[in-house]
Amino acid sequence: MGRIVVEVMPKPEILDPQGKAIGTSLERMGLTGFSAVRQGKLFHLSVDGDVTEEALATAREAATSLLSNPVIEDVVSVRAADDQVDDR
Amino acid sequence: MSARVAMDTATPLVGGTGETGTIPGAQELTIGVVQFPGSLDERDAMRAVTLSGAQAVALWHGSESLFGVDAVILPGGFSYGDYLRCGAIARFAPLMTAVVDAAKGGMPVLGICNGFQVLCESHLLPGALIRNDHQKFVCRDQDLVIENAETAWTRDFAAGQTITIPLKNGEGGFVADTPTLDRLEGEGRVIARYHELNPNGSQRDIAGITNEAGNVVGLMPHPEHAVEAGFGTDSALGMRAGVDGQPFFTSVLTSLLQK
Repeated sequence: MGRIVVEVMPKPEILDPQGKAIGTSLERMGLTGFSAVRQGKLFHLSVDGDVTEEALATAREAATSLLSNPVIEDVVSVRAADDQVDDR
Repeated sequence: MSARVAMDTATPLVGGTGETGTIPGAQELTIGVVQFPGSLDERDAMRAVTLSGAQAVALWHGSESLFGVDAVILPGGFSYGDYLRCGAIARFAPLMTAVVDAAKGGMPVLGICNGFQVLCESHLLPGALIRNDHQKFVCRDQDLVIENAETAWTRDFAAGQTITIPLKNGEGGFVADTPTLDRLEGEGRVIARYHELNPNGSQRDIAGITNEAGNVVGLMPHPEHAVEAGFGTDSALGMRAGVDGQPFFTSVLTSLLQK
């Protein structure tokens, strides 16, 4: 069972209120030292068998068409996961 | 003693239809209101259409046909539970292909709140809507200034007019890159701006925008909640007496009848 990992982050210039709220909460908990927190999204797309170039190409299309909105988000990476996990 | 009164849901419960519902020929027009899983305000939108004098048609997201309606409203709510991004999944609903085609062909389309988010995700309108900058859901009667009174959905207003309609959103912050914002303002495509208070951090106080042709309009606040005396915003006339949302629904009828 292969797995493709898609990583999406809000664009640096876009305000990230969720990340901001998390950052404030961390500070309140005494977990200080972080100058900023930004929250993104991670998608795992599983495939039967190994991750092929074709599957990666389809995943890249999924990443730009549905998984991210190019106005506010960047697709940081689309890659085959290096570990082998069973897909439960 | 109480008398049971048969009530047609199409007739007003309080007050009269007032100045709406009197446009000659309006009763021949059909306005479709799309229902996605998680839509919330489709009934109010349909009632607003009915009160304006046209026929409201419920459209199902899974359908591929618009059934010949003259215009479409994408209502507010939380389509697909706002999963992934607001409007992102609804944008790929089967019916949206027909809506996008019709919109590009000139059919009037109004997206309210979540509908606005769907229009942005569909690329019928530029920009995107992100979480409110203050991180809280906001629900209030909101003052707006109508900036463009020439679109299919705003022509019954006067440019510069201040109106009050309800606003309720968690992700209503309108964002776009600077060139896009400049272009929207330069082309008069900002149809309404927040007045005195920006409730969600929208760039340049933008509450609503239109496409180049003026037939597609996206609006974050809810005009369909201010169309009927007794159920509208608080106004000088009395509690919940404000019906400033009505002209959005009559404007489209005026536009369609003048074609």
